[in-house]
Amino acid sequence: MSAFRTRGAARAGQYAALLAYLVFLAFPFLWLVSTAFKPATELGSLHPTWIPRDPTLANFRQAFEEQPLLRAAGNSLLAAVAAALIAVAVATPMAYVLARHRSRLTAAATGWVVVSQAFPFVLLIIPLFLVLKNLHLINSLPGLVMVYVVWSLPFALWMLTGYVRAVPAELEEAAAVDGAGRLRTLVSVTAPLLAPGLVATALFAFITAWNEFFFALVLLKTPEKQTLPVVLTHFLGAEGAADLGPLAAAAFLATLPSLVVFALIQRRITGGMLAGAVKS
Amino acid sequence: MTTAPKRSAARSTAPARPPGPGRDFGAWFLVLPALLPILVLSVGPLLYGIGLAFTDAQSGRTQATRWIGTLNFQDLLHDTLFWESFRIGLLWAVGVTVPQFLLSLGLALLLNQELKLRWLARALAIVPWAMPEVVVGIMWRLVYNPDAGVLNETLRDLGLGDGRAWLSGLGTALPAVIVVGVWAGMPQTTVALLAGVQNTPRELHEAAALDGAGAWRRFRTVTWPALRPVALAITSLNFIWNFNSFALVYVLTNGGPGGRTRLPMLFAYEEAFRYGQFGYAAAMGCVLVAVVSVLLALYLVGRLKGDQDR
Repeated sequence: MSAFRTRGAARAGQYAALLAYLVFLAFPFLWLVSTAFKPATELGSLHPTWIPRDPTLANFRQAFEEQPLLRAAGNSLLAAVAAALIAVAVATPMAYVLARHRSRLTAAATGWVVVSQAFPFVLLIIPLFLVLKNLHLINSLPGLVMVYVVWSLPFALWMLTGYVRAVPAELEEAAAVDGAGRLRTLVSVTAPLLAPGLVATALFAFITAWNEFFFALVLLKTPEKQTLPVVLTHFLGAEGAADLGPLAAAAFLATLPSLVVFALIQRRITGGMLAGAVKS
Repeated sequence: MTTAPKRSAARSTAPARPPGPGRDFGAWFLVLPALLPILVLSVGPLLYGIGLAFTDAQSGRTQATRWIGTLNFQDLLHDTLFWESFRIGLLWAVGVTVPQFLLSLGLALLLNQELKLRWLARALAIVPWAMPEVVVGIMWRLVYNPDAGVLNETLRDLGLGDGRAWLSGLGTALPAVIVVGVWAGMPQTTVALLAGVQNTPRELHEAAALDGAGAWRRFRTVTWPALRPVALAITSLNFIWNFNSFALVYVLTNGGPGGRTRLPMLFAYEEAFRYGQFGYAAAMGCVLVAVVSVLLALYLVGRLKGDQDR
């Protein structure tokens, strides 16, 4: 910035704006954490404080007693891991083709990827519900996983296509000239370079499925099968009627896995998202 | 496009084949694992859904589903509740997208400066971005809580009255959920715009500064032209995503009070899965898709422009 003179007042204004943004970003989350550790007596008081006077873990215990959180987290984990692995497994070959091989097929696929990003689920969920019902896959995690795989494919394809393009085709050509077969080239040249991209894409698909609510709400009927976001809504009553402490505790716990995973891959996602939204 | 080795694995030593129809076979084989689920669980249901819109399909009905032509669409035309939800959906989408864009643009420009707390802004931005929408909704319900919420307590502390029941007030519910929508989508928009800002050539900036151009002139003549394709793409996508949103408002208000926050998606969901009107809800879906398609077309035009500019 040395090329530009920034006056002191302008700089102060910039810091004020940045501070306002930081407060706006942080305060709901800090409130959630604070509420999660407050005993019931403090939650009932008309003058809530930021820092619990008497922090407690009782809300967490109560949350686990009130709702089958552990089982719900297990369901979420299972669905998200399966969806992530399958999505990457089926998307990678297609992404390779999209990146290296331009034809009518790739044009159509790219078109579909764009359109599906913007698609309202209303029109999709009803027929999907009927199709899965006929396949006896309502209220089953495999059914949900199938939906999640398809749902995360557009973005996975986009990210992966970008990663394949980043592997110089010259490297593959050189391997081919050296007499390596196509499969050999893919396994020993392309795959190692692609590995970080595969991991990032899988983690992204994992978060997408872990956080997903709408399909899970429609497709999972019994509490034994439901995923964490759906079970969280069972804590909600009418406004004011909800049990705030356990609600906050459960919500806080449900966020931790995606926060951790997201922190790991945030930079990669930004790149992939931009490639998806603007370039390609 | 670059020329990748097009040889099949089986005949690794054979010379590269000339372009021809057979060349696509290997590609098809690689594409099929992704294409099949897409066709079966995405394109298929989509067409099926459009078909359903012309039937009287209901859940749990014993008689066969009948083809009823455009009857659902005619009913929809006179369904004031649907158009009310449509209006609310547009209000919500505009109400979220516009402030989101303006605030994010300001922030992107801000974060492009060398400020001390920049890293913290980036670190915190992960929170709304990574959170499940359901948790975002729950969190803000805690903030808005009439008695134990931080918002009312802060207002009381500042002597600004006794606070309100924000989410259940007829006049405050929609603005209150809009604030949450802006909060939830801002980091993503900011990061996208920041990347766009960083793509503007620094030399041009410096040249303009040397020519004596002020901050606003530099923004208009250097930053904005480079940023426009990104801005257009992200804004139209945000608008579409917001118009289609469900989970956030479902958790915050479930469409209440008195339907004041009943977004089209919530309305269609209720129609389909509470009242079992599959055909009618599918018709709603078609109308919403038609609207979104127009927006999508705008987005695609923006993208094509972006490609040309590159």
